[in-house]
Amino acid sequence: METMFSWLSLHQEMIYIVILSVFLGIEVIGRVPSVLHTPLMSGANAIHGVVIIGAIIVMGKAESNNLLALTLGFLAVILGTLNVVGGFVVTDRMLEMFKKKK
Amino acid sequence: MELNILIICYLIGSVTFIIGLKMLSHPESARKGNLIAAAGMGISILGTIFLYEEEGIKLGNYIWIFAALIIGTVLGTIAAKKVKMTAMPEMVSLFNGMGGACAALISIVEFDHLNHQIQLGGAVNSGTLLIIFAGLIIGTISFAGSMVAWAKLNGRIKDFAFNGQHIMNLVIFAVIICLSAYLIISGDPAAGSLFYLVFVLSIIYGLFFVLPIGGADMPVVISLLNSFTGVAAAFGGFLYDNPVMLTGGILVGSAGTILTILMCKAMNRPLSNVLIGSFGGSSAGSASKDQGAYKEISISDSAVVMSYAKKVMIVPGYGLAVAQAQHVCHELEKLLSDKGVEVNYAIHPVAGRMPGHMNVLLAEADVDYARLLEMEHANEEFPQTDVVLVLGANDVVNPAAKTDPGSPIYGMPVLDVELSKLVIINKRSMNPGYAGIENELFFQPKSSMLFGDAKSVLQKLVAEIKTL
Repeated sequence: METMFSWLSLHQEMIYIVILSVFLGIEVIGRVPSVLHTPLMSGANAIHGVVIIGAIIVMGKAESNNLLALTLGFLAVILGTLNVVGGFVVTDRMLEMFKKKK
Repeated sequence: MELNILIICYLIGSVTFIIGLKMLSHPESARKGNLIAAAGMGISILGTIFLYEEEGIKLGNYIWIFAALIIGTVLGTIAAKKVKMTAMPEMVSLFNGMGGACAALISIVEFDHLNHQIQLGGAVNSGTLLIIFAGLIIGTISFAGSMVAWAKLNGRIKDFAFNGQHIMNLVIFAVIICLSAYLIISGDPAAGSLFYLVFVLSIIYGLFFVLPIGGADMPVVISLLNSFTGVAAAFGGFLYDNPVMLTGGILVGSAGTILTILMCKAMNRPLSNVLIGSFGGSSAGSASKDQGAYKEISISDSAVVMSYAKKVMIVPGYGLAVAQAQHVCHELEKLLSDKGVEVNYAIHPVAGRMPGHMNVLLAEADVDYARLLEMEHANEEFPQTDVVLVLGANDVVNPAAKTDPGSPIYGMPVLDVELSKLVIINKRSMNPGYAGIENELFFQPKSSMLFGDAKSVLQKLVAEIKTL
């Protein structure tokens, strides 16, 4: 219990970021026309690919004899990259189709 | 100095995510918003690789990192560019699953690291353990669920439901929570392998979470899983005290949740209803009605009545997508327009298998965007419309949504096609649509059925109109 409370006070800025981000996320979506639901979902999908940064840190910290960290980290970076690159490219393709002609 | 540049990189990343998401919610700025968010992501990634420091030590294994980045980029770009437009939602699900798996793998490696420290007698930080577990469970559930959703949307898996499945799922979830709580609170070094049991249970839970849900509800589920992965990413951010992972993760977690709720509202079904699975045969209320007989109309009659109409409205549905008839549909539209008929498309928000499905389908066939009318606009036009051609749409034109409180779709906003002078409905047979309920529109006096596969029917119509 003690450790959890001290952790909370140590990371209070992070907690503020979380709370504000929740409200920000809600605000930013606001009134979205239903035709944009899918591209928005795809764009958000690409953005949560930011998890790749954690994978890069894991890979970057892995010692040369730690096979588990090396292989899983390698796999994690590939998966994260797929999420990021695939996500942004797919979103762009969807939005290209919605371009007004002429 | 370098740490300060990294801080700025993360700041730029976070801001671009916020702005990018905002811009993605408006049609004019959507494409730029996507690019801005991508740029911010790139900056954050490169900044991390070259500038990240822990206790004064920078990251190593550059070759591995760049190799993985290149492999992922090549595979991701090829997959994203080559896939058909109608396969877009399943790609979103696939990439979402990759993100979830990434989060889970991070948790596994960090747990392994922590476990070693515990074995060597180090102190256990419950906070860190909690974060690792949260990242593992949420990321794994999202991964497993997303893979099922992907397989369902491309037809590899059918719906699978069995009695007591919800109880089983609840039990599995309870076990996951209990095991995790035990490990976090007790910090028992001998119980480390329970972590991997939690991992396996999470996979099973994720699979059975999505397995019973119908294909039509997949976009809602994918949106929900999308926000799960965002939350998993945020837990990664907690683990590394990383502001950009936190911002990106929480933004997607909350925006994704709102989007899921919005999608449910468009279907007028509560989320709980969607997640519990099939519609549940509550058509008891409407099944006892005397349906009466339906009329059929021939190709030649349809061709005549449409060619000499002043206003025609086409209502596309899933059947059009299945038949891949969007190009022939455009041909029909052009042919009628050349004859002086005003042709527009009425797009219901949940027609097809995802919001915007019909827009994407018709855009692929080069249909002019201005002809696509949103539901409210289309409903104003129906009273002045001479002929409505319903192409493989069913539940979105079912009047029971307005008139029958016993119907599962009661309350869902629908297209008021029955207000026009004539409704021609093209379906392959009298089989019910995705909701599995009868459509009283088919039996109304102004309606006529035109049976056949959408593509072949449209081709015959085009051929017939050319002879007029």
